[in-house]
Amino acid sequence: MAATGSTSARSLAPQIILLVCILLFCVFPFYWMVTTSLKTQIVALSEPPQWIFDPTLSNYTEVLFEDGVGETMINSLIVAVSTTVLAVALGCPAAYALARFEFRGKSDLWFWFITNRMVSPIVLALPFFLIVRWVGLLDTKLVLILVYLTFNLPIVIWLCTDQFRSIPFDLDEAAILEGAGHWTIFRAICLPLAMPAVAVSSIFSFIFSWNELLYAIVLTRNDAKTAPAMAISYMEGYSLPYGKIMATSTLIVIPVLIFALIASKQLVRGLTMGAVK
Amino acid sequence: MRGSVVSNRTLWAFIGPAIFVLAVIGIVPLIYAVYTSLHYFNLTDLGDVEFIWFENYSDVLTSDTFWNAMGRTFALLLIALPIQIAIGLMIALLLHKPGLTFLKTLTRLGLVLPMATTYAVVGLLGQVMFNLKYGVVNQMLGWFGIGSVNWIGDPQNAFVLVVIWDVWQWTPFCALILLAGLTTVPDEIEEAARLETKSWWTVLRHIQIPYLVPGLVAIMILRTADTLKLFDMVFTMTRGGPGNATEFISLLIQRTGFRAFDQGVASAQAVVLLAITVILSQIYIKIFYREGP
Repeated sequence: MAATGSTSARSLAPQIILLVCILLFCVFPFYWMVTTSLKTQIVALSEPPQWIFDPTLSNYTEVLFEDGVGETMINSLIVAVSTTVLAVALGCPAAYALARFEFRGKSDLWFWFITNRMVSPIVLALPFFLIVRWVGLLDTKLVLILVYLTFNLPIVIWLCTDQFRSIPFDLDEAAILEGAGHWTIFRAICLPLAMPAVAVSSIFSFIFSWNELLYAIVLTRNDAKTAPAMAISYMEGYSLPYGKIMATSTLIVIPVLIFALIASKQLVRGLTMGAVK
Repeated sequence: MRGSVVSNRTLWAFIGPAIFVLAVIGIVPLIYAVYTSLHYFNLTDLGDVEFIWFENYSDVLTSDTFWNAMGRTFALLLIALPIQIAIGLMIALLLHKPGLTFLKTLTRLGLVLPMATTYAVVGLLGQVMFNLKYGVVNQMLGWFGIGSVNWIGDPQNAFVLVVIWDVWQWTPFCALILLAGLTTVPDEIEEAARLETKSWWTVLRHIQIPYLVPGLVAIMILRTADTLKLFDMVFTMTRGGPGNATEFISLLIQRTGFRAFDQGVASAQAVVLLAITVILSQIYIKIFYREGP
């Protein structure tokens, strides 16, 4: 409306108010999460809710040192990092092949990846549970690391294929004339140039694995329990420990939000897996 | 599309490991799920596993519980998605306007937060914020003279709550995709149009919408997939209740398989869900993406 000239303070006021509202709408739940995590159970259960109170860190010390949330976070970290490393190690060469080689069935492979993105994890969680129980690997981190590849591998392949394709062919051709094989071209020329995509897909892979709940509650019990599975174990019983639940939630969410802000430019592309070009 | 033709050995060296792993973790379990779905298979009664042909499937396909959960899932999609797109578009148009760079950058960063948040935590936050007595949302409604709403305990409100939370988490996603679409409109065309008309609606309809189509398609496909997958947020917030007011399809399958222990029926439900998902995604892909990579 105020496209030409009249960008006075008055015409900007509604815009500013709207933007601030949007921002508040996005951020307020996090504010409430953090403040609730600093409340004692008595304050958390006051009616109406209190906005001003004496903050305490007791929820954090309790969940971390008494309830073992620290261990579950370490489990989450080990699982998320391992699955990410594996996804990149397996996915990058595959992405290179999809971007650089001509072969039969290439588009079928592409359909398979897209379909992978659409399938509900519960469909795989059922048979996984039975198979894993049968081979005696229930409640191990190894199983989660492997299962999470079902969504991490496609995303690495997807984003990296895109990036490999944008690297000019002339570079390869020059290298081939020099007598370099495809493995050398991949490692020495293309992979370094594709580092941005590798970094972003690693961040996604980490976020998705860190956030995952369904496989975690189906496939783990105690030893390999992840942080989100731990958070929901507070939800049993009649009097819910709100402060502890929110402290655990805060601990889970903070690393994710930091990563999301770092990768904010690529986040939408990663979530759509290249569906918007 | 250009590409090198290489020997099978080179090709498999690059792509073989990934295909092998995805086949082992993505296809073998599916085959096993089909096997389970053809058996009477109850975790509390494992001595009695018995091949029963398609009995589980006829149970599932004639069961009200299954189709109600399916219907509920699509109802959620059909209610939440238009809201997300409409509000998302408004936000995108607002952010696309020139000026106020700092505040707009800040807002864009803010929009990133909801969709990255652990879905389980979103559900837990819902429990805390929408609690009947201690919840801040009811307190805020009180400021406007609206009485406390029993969000989680009432079947209808619980469904509305899931819609609200879904809208909170995914509207920013729509906004950012559509904003990316708006920036693909060539500046000359947009400026020329703005000289012609002062109406933002005309500009949107005739100039911007065509550039938004790819984004809208992506939103439709992904929101459909994610709604069929929806589990964490609802499980941590309402556990599918009260009754089965918020029992969406993935929650129903989880309950059948792991709380009623009937793996046979649950696998049949999962296979039907998979079939629906594959058919839907093939339709979407056929309509919108004619060419491959």
